[in-house]
Amino acid sequence: MLRFLFRRLLVAIPTLFLVITVAFFMMRAAPGSPFVNERQLSPEVEKVIQAQYGMDRPLVEQYVSYLGDVVRGDFGPSLKYRDKTVLDILKENYGVSLKLGLSAILIAALMGVSLGVIAALRQNKVADYATMTLAILGVCIPTFVTAPLLVLFFASRLGWLPTAGWNNGALLNMVLPVAVLALPQIAIISRLTRAGMIEVLRSNYIRTARAKGLPDNLIVRKHALRAAILPLVSYLGPACAGLLTGSLVVEKIFNLPGLGKFFVISALQRDYTVVMGMVIVYALLILTLNLIADMMYAALDPRVKLS
Amino acid sequence: MIPGSPQRKALLENAVKGRSLWDDARRRLMRNRAAVASMVVLAVMVTLAVVGPFLVPFHYDTVTKTDVWMSPMTGGHLLGTDSLGRDLLARLLAGLGVSLAIGVVATSVSLLIGVVWGSVAGYLGGRLDEVMMRVVDTLYSLPFIFFVILLMVTFGRNIFLIFLAIGAVEWLTMSRIVRGQTLSLKDKEFIEAARAAGLSSGQIIARHIVPNLLGPVVVYVTLTIPAVIIAESFLSFLGLGVQPPMASLGTLIATGAQDMEMAPWLLIFPSLTMIVTLMAFNFIGDGLRDALDPKDR
Repeated sequence: MLRFLFRRLLVAIPTLFLVITVAFFMMRAAPGSPFVNERQLSPEVEKVIQAQYGMDRPLVEQYVSYLGDVVRGDFGPSLKYRDKTVLDILKENYGVSLKLGLSAILIAALMGVSLGVIAALRQNKVADYATMTLAILGVCIPTFVTAPLLVLFFASRLGWLPTAGWNNGALLNMVLPVAVLALPQIAIISRLTRAGMIEVLRSNYIRTARAKGLPDNLIVRKHALRAAILPLVSYLGPACAGLLTGSLVVEKIFNLPGLGKFFVISALQRDYTVVMGMVIVYALLILTLNLIADMMYAALDPRVKLS
Repeated sequence: MIPGSPQRKALLENAVKGRSLWDDARRRLMRNRAAVASMVVLAVMVTLAVVGPFLVPFHYDTVTKTDVWMSPMTGGHLLGTDSLGRDLLARLLAGLGVSLAIGVVATSVSLLIGVVWGSVAGYLGGRLDEVMMRVVDTLYSLPFIFFVILLMVTFGRNIFLIFLAIGAVEWLTMSRIVRGQTLSLKDKEFIEAARAAGLSSGQIIARHIVPNLLGPVVVYVTLTIPAVIIAESFLSFLGLGVQPPMASLGTLIATGAQDMEMAPWLLIFPSLTMIVTLMAFNFIGDGLRDALDPKDR
């Protein structure tokens, strides 16, 4: 296990390095500058500001010193929000994204697994077809379609839920964003669970459990489920990546003060340091989650050896 | 039996005709009602996107100040008009065309890269394979959508760049599938025969490996097209994709979402078009997978 971890970390570091390098030079190749405002700065003033941030040096030199800072955990100051560092901005805004993401994945896992199990137990019956139709819809309809449609229906027409805003994370404000984020995941998870469950229910050890007279729900809960949800664990990584991109849309539509919204705005405003900070955080997140998923997979299935 | 004799003719006519793999697959596909219906729907969609703009009496970016915010079925506007008085049907058809075109072109880009990468890595194997697949693994773990966004910001919102960027993201899975198939093909006798006949690796890959990859690749292509359409619409939704006055399904949904209180039809019709298109592709993809790979069921 330890050797596996070590090897994976050895791969993760060059990956992260690549991410930083590509993002850095791409961002800098973009035309425009973070210091262009409504009021025109005189060239002298702009030069002074650039020097202040060390941006008058050659690009490669800036890159090397940036790498050094990142290794020390210093992401630099924001170029647009003058009195804040990138870490400040990340800290202030990650809470919303995290709360949304975690609620969505939790609900998605619970509902997806339940629906998948029900569909598998009632294979080719109404419940199965209904769930699978829902699943196909969930997979096909992207978040930027479900979000406005749900807002139109539940908020504008029925007036049950607020149309947008965060309101300090009030439950009612979270319902729609979380639903939008969770729906595609519910769809995929229920499909995976159903497929896994159907396969497991055919296996010999389940027949043995039946033969010795265990009640059906015990067989499902104790014996079948554990094996059936194995494929789900390795889906964890991609699922979180999906949530991240989904949150870009959701935060924009519902006007939520999360990280995703910041990313697009900062990229458009050429706030180099903020964009870099976010790319790094997201990359770290995905790498970590993939690693956790792999380790959990091995922990749950003794046949899998980590190498 | 004498060649050309009536008996022989009769016998030949009654002989059981062998069915090729593709015949079999087509038969199975045709029995899949969802897939057949989807193909019809998609054919209609493509025809509409190509021919439709000539049939609608409005141009997709003609601004008519007097026709602002018209509901569907009024003033000759079948699906109504938007905030600038532009006919929604005309815009929808133009947008559908753009989205489908992006889907096909970007998928072709990913197909080209993925097939070449995967078959070379799989066939040549060894250290090269290791390196090439490590590259794919690394790229997989990148937050790609962020790079696409950065790319759009960096190089302006050029439609060709969108093709390229999305295609460059989508080739990864394709290359993995192709590599897996190549690995199982390369030890087959007919490859060995080709090698014995003195063909070079490049020739074997081009003439013998790639044609035999067709099945899984076709399936994955039909699943990549909707993924690409979603990716493009996602960018357009964030304001980074297709630029006005051009329309794509994504930009139409984005503006529809802004104006939905005022004019819900601007959101509903583009959304429905999007959903139907994506579902059609998915059903066809699923149908093809069942048809081409019967053991997978």
